[in-house]
Parts: sequence; C-alpha cells; structure tokens
Amino acid sequence: MTPAPSPTPAVTWTDRLAPRRWLGPVTLLGPAGVWLLVLLVLPTLLILEISLVPGLRLGQPSGGYGLGNYLQILQPVYLRVIGRSVAFAVGSTALCLLLGFPVAYWLALMSPQRWRNLLLVAFILPLWTSSLLRAYAWTTILRPSGVLNAMLAAIGLPAQNWLNTPTAVFIGLTYSFLPYMVLILYASLEKLDTRLLEAAADLGATPRQSFWKITVPQTLPGIAAASLLVFISTLSDFVVPTLLGGASSMNISRLIYNQFLGPTRAWGFGSALSMVLILAVSLAIALLIRYGDRNTITEA
Amino acid sequence: MAQTVRSAAVTATPATQSDVELRRVVKAFGTEVAVRDLDLTVHQGEFFSILGPSGCGKTTTLRLIAGFETPTAGDVLIQGANVSTVPAHRRPVNTVFQSYALFDHMTVKDNIAFGLKIRRMGSLQVRDRVAEALRLVRMETMAARYPAQLSGGQQQRVALARALVNHPAVMLLDEPLGALDQKLRKQMQVELANLHRQLGITFIMVTHDQEEALSLSDRIAVMNNGQIEQIGTPSDIYDRPRTAFVADFIGDTNLLPGRIDQAYPSQVQVTTDSGLRVLACTASSGGAQTVVVSVRPEKINLSLSAPAAANNCYQGHISHLMYLGTHLHCVVRLGSGETLMVRQPNRAESLGVDTAVYVHWAADDCLVLDPA
Repeated sequence: MTPAPSPTPAVTWTDRLAPRRWLGPVTLLGPAGVWLLVLLVLPTLLILEISLVPGLRLGQPSGGYGLGNYLQILQPVYLRVIGRSVAFAVGSTALCLLLGFPVAYWLALMSPQRWRNLLLVAFILPLWTSSLLRAYAWTTILRPSGVLNAMLAAIGLPAQNWLNTPTAVFIGLTYSFLPYMVLILYASLEKLDTRLLEAAADLGATPRQSFWKITVPQTLPGIAAASLLVFISTLSDFVVPTLLGGASSMNISRLIYNQFLGPTRAWGFGSALSMVLILAVSLAIALLIRYGDRNTITEA
Repeated sequence: MAQTVRSAAVTATPATQSDVELRRVVKAFGTEVAVRDLDLTVHQGEFFSILGPSGCGKTTTLRLIAGFETPTAGDVLIQGANVSTVPAHRRPVNTVFQSYALFDHMTVKDNIAFGLKIRRMGSLQVRDRVAEALRLVRMETMAARYPAQLSGGQQQRVALARALVNHPAVMLLDEPLGALDQKLRKQMQVELANLHRQLGITFIMVTHDQEEALSLSDRIAVMNNGQIEQIGTPSDIYDRPRTAFVADFIGDTNLLPGRIDQAYPSQVQVTTDSGLRVLACTASSGGAQTVVVSVRPEKINLSLSAPAAANNCYQGHISHLMYLGTHLHCVVRLGSGETLMVRQPNRAESLGVDTAVYVHWAADDCLVLDPA
C-alpha cells in the first residue's frame, strides 16, 4: 500500500494532508464515527451538562451550574439504592460463576464431542427470546399461586412468597445472564491445554490440586472477562428488578427511570445518577480490557 | 552400560533388577489397537529407547508407563509393583513431554518446584533441590523468568529439571529433542547422556530419530504396528537386525528379495528375484524359502577394475552420484537391472555418472532376513 521508504523519510505537511493519506480511514470510519458522535458522545455530554444544573426539573427555570445533584446522591436513602444495586450485581455474578463454571467445564472438557455444539446451542437458545418475556415468565413461576409453590406443595414443603423480593431479583438476574457466563467460560476452558493437566498429574498433583493450581490460573482471564461482563449487565439491569423485585428492590436503573419519567421530573438528579452509573460501568470495562481475555468474549 | 547386580539375594525378579516391566500389554482405542501383546523389561539405571515410525505405538507405550493410559489387557509393573490401575499422580515416574507442557503462569523456579510443593516438602528443602536442579541443567540465571521468555532449548532444560528434581525412579522422555534444531539437538543429546550418567536413574526415551537412539541408548526396542520387532543393544540392532523392517528402519540398507538355493552351516546361497546369486550370513530364522538379503551401503566396495573377490561381485554403472563431503553416495545400476545404494569414502577415484564399476561385498557383511 505504502511505497518503499525513501532514505530520508521527511514527511511534509502537504504530504500529510494529501487525500490519499486520509481518504481511506475517513471513508471506513466516518459513517460509524458520525453515528457514535450523534447518538452516544453528544447525548452523554448533554447529560453531563444537565447533571451539573442543581434542581433542574422539566418545565421549570433553572439556576446556574453546581454540584448539587451529585451531593444529593450522598443522602442515605440514595446510597442505599446504590448499595443494593452493587449487591444485586455482585451476588448474581457470584451465583452465575458458581453455577456456570461447572457447566462450562463439563461442556469444554468432558461432554461427548459430537453433542457439544448442540449442547452449546441449547444454552444460547434462551437468549433468542426477549428478556422482557423471560422476566414475565418468572413472575408466573414465582407468584404465590405460581408453578414454584405448586411444586413445593407437591413435595410437602411450605409455600414461598418470593415475588417482589430481592430473592426474585437474584433468581431473575442469575437466570438471565448465566448463558453469557457459560459461553465466555466455555471459550476460555476450551482453549485450556489439557497436556498441562497431564503434566501436573505426572508431577504428583491430584485432580483437585490440578484444578486449583493449573485450570483456574490458566483460565483466570476468561473468568475475569465473564464475571465483569455479567457484573456490568446486572448492575445496570432494569427489566428484572422492575418486574420481579417490587418496591423493595429499587436499584439505580429504576431510580434513574423514576427521575426522568416519574412524577418529579428531576432531570438534573437523574442525569447525575446516570453519570455515576456510566462511570462505574466504564471503570468495569477498563478493568475488563486490562485483565480480561477479550478473545474469549469475541469468540463467545 | 554395564549392569551391576546389586545383591546376591535375588528378589522376585531374577538377575538384574527390572525397573519397568510390561507383561502382554494391549491397548486399544475403540477398534484401533495401538499396542498389541507387548512384553518389555527395562533394567535399573538403563538408558532405554523405544524407536519406531510415527503411529507405531511408541508414545502410547510411554503413556501406559506414565499412567495417562490404562492397559486394555496385561500388566504394567514399576519396581516390581503392579501399577496397571494406579493413576499417574501416584506413580514414581516423571515425564519430559514433547511439547514441554510448562506451566506458563509460573516462573521457571515455580515450575520446577511444582512437584516438590505438591508433596508438601519444606520450603528450605524445596529451595535447595530447585537450585540443584537448575544447576544440573545450567539454568541458574533464568530462575525468575517465565517460560514464554525462554528459547526452545531453554524450555527443554526447564522441562528436564522439573522432572528430575523429584528424583523419580524412572524418567520418561517423549521425543524430548523433537522440537529443537539440528545443532541444539546434538548438544542436548550430550547433556542428556551426562545427566543420565550423573543421576544413575532409569531413562526411557521415545524417539523416531534412529541416530539419537543409537548414540544415547544402552538398549533399544524397535516398534512397528504396535509390536516390538527387536530389542537389543545399538550394535545388535544395527549389525544384526532380525527383521527386514528393522534393517530398513535403522540406517540405510539395500533389500534384495529372493529364494534360498542352498544352505551351508552358517551361510546360504540366495538367488534374488532378478537373478543375482548372493552368498549371505543367516540370522538363523525359520526355514523360510523366500527371504530378503540386506546389505548396508557402507559395506559395499566399489572399484573400477575387476576385484579378486570370488563371491558377491557384480558389474554395473553409476546412475546417480551425490557428493556428501566425507562420503559419496552412489546409486549403482547392475547389469541385472537391480539398483544398489553404495556409500564410498571420498577418495581420489574419478567417479561420475555412467562410470562402469564393479561392486562387491563379503558374505559376512550381508544378512538373510525374513521378508517383512
């Protein structure tokens, strides 16, 4: 593409500005760049601006700029919401990891080769239906007269009233994001060099020791990638806490929703909350890029 | 090489002590039989090689000893104990893998210490043993590196150190030098031989490289099709091959199929399919009438004038000539139509393509073998 370098590679400005230098990149990146600029960068800057206007409400005159909206977040009632969101995210990520790792391990290392792809598809299948539909399905399972209690009654256990409690949120979030966890872990475990496990056994390691000293460290980037991805998704999930959590399960997404579309129309405060969420997610993505195995995500 | 018999009080196994023994071992993968009815005894302190073409079952045999495979039938014994059903992590053997299989998330030091730590050895003792192993493979300065920061030859040394640090009863080496370039290979062969001498433990090496096997081993088992064709010292294998496969696989040889005309006490008169009359030694196989005569290229003499030899002397001309520095590799086409590979020292004789020559060899230098 580029000509052979001349003995003295002095690049002049006229050369740098020549169309052959920028035409290609601009043509390739331009359309997507405009899309991102208009629909992501500009709105984010707009939200940032609104968040810096204390007490901004729709249809009311506003004062000058200030950090009032951000200080409002520090009130205990809102800190509790943020704490609950983090607890939902951490808890359901941990549950996904606990349930997903054995499944991914079995799929990648032990399942019969000829059924493997079919089994994987079976795991992806739920992702093809709307998340809203799946959340509604859980309400019919968890409601007092639902499938769960019918089953519990059949085996003589006391009925549970889990709908509209944090328990339902944990169940719903874990169910929703388990396939992602399994797929990413599978991609990571599938690349595991099983000869290393033989080498460990050869050196006297029991299967348990091999698992903790070889398998887990070797797949740690995959574990980090899967966990962070599930963490990000569950931290900002709106559908599951809304449909399954009830009033006691207010999380940050629902709080933001209420500020913009609820009766208070407190856009300034909602924007500040949004900025905090964007920051938290960005931080998690930065960690993902730094420590996670991105290859496993793109493969999954 | 010399086996010292350790005690007069002979235990279960007579004479020399066996470290590894396979008794009528069969290993099948589905309908594919990788190893069939294998009997093998490796003595204590021996450098034993299993040599054969790819797919002959040699690696499976090693994996059966290491415990990565369990025999379909038969028994594997290590130091007299039947370990057929003992898992790999409880066998007193350590393996150097063809791929090295180093733990890339650990430093060189931690790789080597792995086996010791697994066995809960005290940290001071681990440190000393690791230092000793690093010194043995001359990698003292690389202890803190990760495998990815090492060259192929260095990774090979770490793999060796990781195995020998455990002081195993038997070291198993699966094509240990297969991934190295020619020069490094030669160098590592010398180091392997030195290590074996220093440690005095049994080495069992799998290789497809005959030169490697011949130069390093006390004894060699040549495998083909899941079976052992011959076990013997390097000179047994090379000079007195028992089958045409062994003669052909180890070194170069000319194989001339034919029939026995007349048998003398230690020699036979063979007429080859193309009509040559050859006087050859017998390796005293059965009374088969159809045989193969094997004669090594370097045992054949080449001359421009008719030699005085009475037997095995034929006329022909050179059809190909390869210059190899110390040697000339000639292909001689005989009057009968047969072609022979001949290896000649690089002397002043003016040989060229189409030069008319005489070839001859002593009856003692060719063997009659059963056809493969």
